Amino acid sequence: MLKIENLHVRVAGKEILKGLSLEVQPGQVHAIMGPNGAGKSTLGNVIAGREGYEVVAGSVTFEGRDLLALEPEERAASGVFLAFQYPVEIPGVNNTYFLRTAVNAQRKARGESELDSMQFLKKVREKLAVLHLKDDLLQRAVNEGFSGGEKKRNEIFQLALLEPKLAILDETDSGLDIDALKNVAEGVNALRSPDRAFLVVTHYQRLLDYITPDVVHVLADGRIVESGGPELALQLEAHGYAWVKDRVAPGHASSGAAA
Amino acid sequence: MSALLDSFASAFDALPGRDAAGLGASRRDALAAALRDGMPGTRSERWKYTPLRAFERRTFAAADAQPAIFDGALLAGIPTPRLVFVNGRYDPAHSDAAGLPPGVALQPLSQLLAQGGEREVNFLARRFERPDEVFARLNAALADEGVVLRAEAGVRSALPIHLVFVGTAAGRDLASHSRHLFELRRDAELTLIEHHLAGAANTHLANSIAHVHLAAGARLTHLRVQDEAPGASLISRTDAVLARDAIYRRLDLELGGALARHEFNASLQGEGAQVISNGVLLADGKRHLDTRLGIDHVARDTRCDLLWRGLGSGRSKAAFHGGITIREGADGSVAALSNKNLLLSAGAEIDTQPVLEIHADEVQAAHGAAVGQLDATSMFYLRSRGIPEPQARALLTAAFCRETLNVIEDAPLRESLAAKLDAALARLGPVQSEPAQSEPA
Repeated sequence: MLKIENLHVRVAGKEILKGLSLEVQPGQVHAIMGPNGAGKSTLGNVIAGREGYEVVAGSVTFEGRDLLALEPEERAASGVFLAFQYPVEIPGVNNTYFLRTAVNAQRKARGESELDSMQFLKKVREKLAVLHLKDDLLQRAVNEGFSGGEKKRNEIFQLALLEPKLAILDETDSGLDIDALKNVAEGVNALRSPDRAFLVVTHYQRLLDYITPDVVHVLADGRIVESGGPELALQLEAHGYAWVKDRVAPGHASSGAAA
Repeated sequence: MSALLDSFASAFDALPGRDAAGLGASRRDALAAALRDGMPGTRSERWKYTPLRAFERRTFAAADAQPAIFDGALLAGIPTPRLVFVNGRYDPAHSDAAGLPPGVALQPLSQLLAQGGEREVNFLARRFERPDEVFARLNAALADEGVVLRAEAGVRSALPIHLVFVGTAAGRDLASHSRHLFELRRDAELTLIEHHLAGAANTHLANSIAHVHLAAGARLTHLRVQDEAPGASLISRTDAVLARDAIYRRLDLELGGALARHEFNASLQGEGAQVISNGVLLADGKRHLDTRLGIDHVARDTRCDLLWRGLGSGRSKAAFHGGITIREGADGSVAALSNKNLLLSAGAEIDTQPVLEIHADEVQAAHGAAVGQLDATSMFYLRSRGIPEPQARALLTAAFCRETLNVIEDAPLRESLAAKLDAALARLGPVQSEPAQSEPA
């Protein structure tokens, strides 16, 4: 479904991703873990098409299409969704209006009929029920004045409504207390399906206590240096990221491996 | 003398009721002062961003006594009670003051002048001392129409009163000079909506002054939608005086016209008086918009909240001056000014100037002014949800302006103003994405 080959990306002239390769199949949950500055957020942003990320080499294909050739909105319509680490507050834009505009823009781009307000509200109610959410966030402006937890819940709610094929969660756990974290994880679990893949980008292992990944990758210094099953996350938790440094530059590692 | 002033001097000679209601002498004085001091040049601080050199070569005639004919469909959606003026002339056929609550008097100025009661129109005798107040002086000399609205103490009405000013085609350029008085006695509460509309393409000049008098505890919500023809000129001034605990809520949507200048002065004379003034300057095409706020905190514990948004596209110019003075002794006053502007094209210019003068202790004052472009992160957020770029731009631009509508407490009324704003924004067409340079003020 998603195939990334030898991806090199520069941000403000500095190379952040240095030959990253990754393949994700439908229905899989991949976790990307890594220390700060490893390039985790860059990966999510470059897949979603954010400006300011210069791809100098490599390719990203999604269902056989060259994703990098598409505008952000075209990527979204083709089924890519990025849950932001810092969801943006947009005063003056009503959340319901925003969601309906997004859903219909995607439907239009795919040649599907747009939903009228009744059809849309029906869909909203369905998704709220699945996620056990209340509708209190709908009448407010997009993310305006939302707490950290509310913002992340709103991201997951958007995910549910937009029904992407590939959902990238960019440090969705950051800044959440344990209850909010569980809440978000339950939402994600409810949305897992055989034809939807997840890329869960996180610094900490704790999110993976609640969202069990199929594959865990360790991203360090712009490359994936280790891949394995869920047990890899536990190993990282036990040994810390210093342990990874051995794999980045063997021979230069400090005594971190012994820790 | 400039051609412009010449044409006004001729208009004065032909003004039928210039001596009515004992106003002859003050009208003559005002005209003489205007002619003596001439037009303000660019060195005049108040006219720095609105050069009048081209304007003063134009000439304007007075409108015929009878109101011109226009398509009444323009008034669809504007309920009664309403007064309608066409090219500055009262139009009784389209006006209907029925439904006014008891204790509210609404009359065209021409009727009061004809009745000859000096006391009712003594606000017309006010003198304007500064040489750069040329349009106010001309108004003092020439005003023969307007709206006089008086609400008795304690009268409260939720039913908005509509004032409609229609500009329509004529064989020549017309000037109208309107003078309004909106007077609310103690604890009275009213909503007033001004519509400035184009019945047809025109290049007229509407020179108006509104006096707003709010007695203790009075509350006025005053919404003004200026959507005149792209060739029209509007020189407007509002002088408001607020007594203790009076609240003046105001919204100005400057959406049309070729030249629209508005000077809004509010004097907070009683303790606890409050002015909330929001507005949008929508400059596109070759429009020139200039709004000058002058909020004067005279008494203690007074408050102003000023939220203004500007858009510059095409080859337009928008100037915003936010002047706040907190006088000695006006302790405990709170002043907040926000003026944000979006520059949508490289050919447009926006100048913003917040000016805060504080002579009191223990005040809270915050002001911010900025000229920028749409936030890139917000754009990406919307696009990453599948919203195409032009639509995302339009959405953010509308949201940027709509923030000002918060001044309207009544939700249906707020929605109706939002619709007018959206219609004007839709005329902007697809918002350009070319990089633009900001002009420092």
